[in-house]
Amino acid sequence: MSWPTLYAQLVGVNRYSTSLGKIWLSVLFIFRVMVLVVAAESVWGDEQSDFTCNTLQPGCENVCYDHFFPVSHIRLWCLQLVFVSTPTLLVAMYVAYRNHGDKKRILQVCMLFSFVLITVQEAELESLKRRKMPLAGALWWTYACSLLFRLLFEGGFMYALYVVYDGFQMPRLVQCDQWPCPNLVDCFISRPTEKTVFTVFMATTSSICMVLNMAELAYLVAKAKARRQICEPLHITAPQTCACLAQL
Amino acid sequence: MPLTPPAEPDPEPKMNWASFYAVISGVNRHSTGIGRIWLSVLFIFRILVLVVAAESVWGDEKSGFTCNTQQPGCNSVCYDHFFPISHIRLWALQLILVSTPALLVAMHVAHRRHVDKKLYKLSGRASPKDLEQIKTQKMKITGALWWTYVISLFFRIVFEVTFMYVFYMIYPGYKMIRLVKCDSYPCPNTVDCFVSRPTEKTVFTVFMLAVSGVCILLNVAEVVFLVGKACSKHLHNAGDSTMGAWIAQKLCSY
Repeated sequence: MSWPTLYAQLVGVNRYSTSLGKIWLSVLFIFRVMVLVVAAESVWGDEQSDFTCNTLQPGCENVCYDHFFPVSHIRLWCLQLVFVSTPTLLVAMYVAYRNHGDKKRILQVCMLFSFVLITVQEAELESLKRRKMPLAGALWWTYACSLLFRLLFEGGFMYALYVVYDGFQMPRLVQCDQWPCPNLVDCFISRPTEKTVFTVFMATTSSICMVLNMAELAYLVAKAKARRQICEPLHITAPQTCACLAQL
Repeated sequence: MPLTPPAEPDPEPKMNWASFYAVISGVNRHSTGIGRIWLSVLFIFRILVLVVAAESVWGDEKSGFTCNTQQPGCNSVCYDHFFPISHIRLWALQLILVSTPALLVAMHVAHRRHVDKKLYKLSGRASPKDLEQIKTQKMKITGALWWTYVISLFFRIVFEVTFMYVFYMIYPGYKMIRLVKCDSYPCPNTVDCFVSRPTEKTVFTVFMLAVSGVCILLNVAEVVFLVGKACSKHLHNAGDSTMGAWIAQKLCSY
């Protein structure tokens, strides 16, 4: 189970995404996951081994590191990326549930009329797999909920990072007086400037993703309003029919 | 010494340059010949060299950075002062940013195909064969796609030049010096600090710089080629059109 596996799952849901959703997925995997794996992980690689305190007291470095870095940036970002990607799987689950229901109906119909050729049944099932459901009705609500959750998780994790590390800047020097350090000792963090650069980069891409999600939500709402304006005068209430009509 | 069995090949695919290559090389179908050469130069002379050679040269950059002092923390602080961001990370960011404008072109092509599909459906040609044909046909670089392509080339050039400038600002002269003098706290006074593998680092920096220059030249040549092709096509098609009509045609032809 790794990032490419997650990518494969999310790309499958891409068919039901809007264009903004597809852009969001590219930004997520190229500017966040890729940069995390290829660059950021090597910057934080020696974060504990190169955390040096001005003391010979055994245990002082461990304790001070643990006090100032309760959760490493890398782990927070990994969790953030996993949490932010999973609401999309809500949409995938809903689509699978709908397909399962429709498949059952097709099989039941074919069983009732058992003289129907097997090829017709297979053709029906194939077209079921390949069809693209319009973004309307319950699918629209599922998609909108997944966007809201994405926004919540992004904002939540950015806030958590800001609170835990008192901003996005990594200081060069921290002063520690945890037991067993004998008194107030200076502890030096490894590569603080490089870490600050990458923290700011990841915060920026996270904000871009939030903006994309908000734009996508606004687009969905606008599209739903436009659809209602077309269908209400014609008294069409079924959302799928309305969506098909709106696409023409 | 007992023979150890060879390491098992890693069954799990990694999110790495190889998967990045798979994403970017999909754009190759819609590139010009020069664009394909650029992509090959990027992947062979920059990404491959970065992964296979440069990363091991810079691998011990921090552990091999030694200062002439026993003061704890002086090494860390001096390293951070002289190397705010490592060459390797700058190159990785440069390669990612320089490759992504190509995705603009891929997005435009996908959008065009989507519109073509809709048109086909409306005109009644919705057979699977026709829809397959839309997927496999090679898009001509004309109209709005021409502009997207040229803009993506422009962004590539801007990113390349920006990163070369950033490199020059952080590491003046692109040369790696053997010795730096540092007096940041907590170093007790001005201490001598020695950089690990400075000559090898200079060689690779100059190499990556040269290849970056070659990539900029290829991008500029591609822009000139596209502009030249568009001009000659216009002159061939409609000899008496005005410049304004040509610009209007280019902007609105799709």
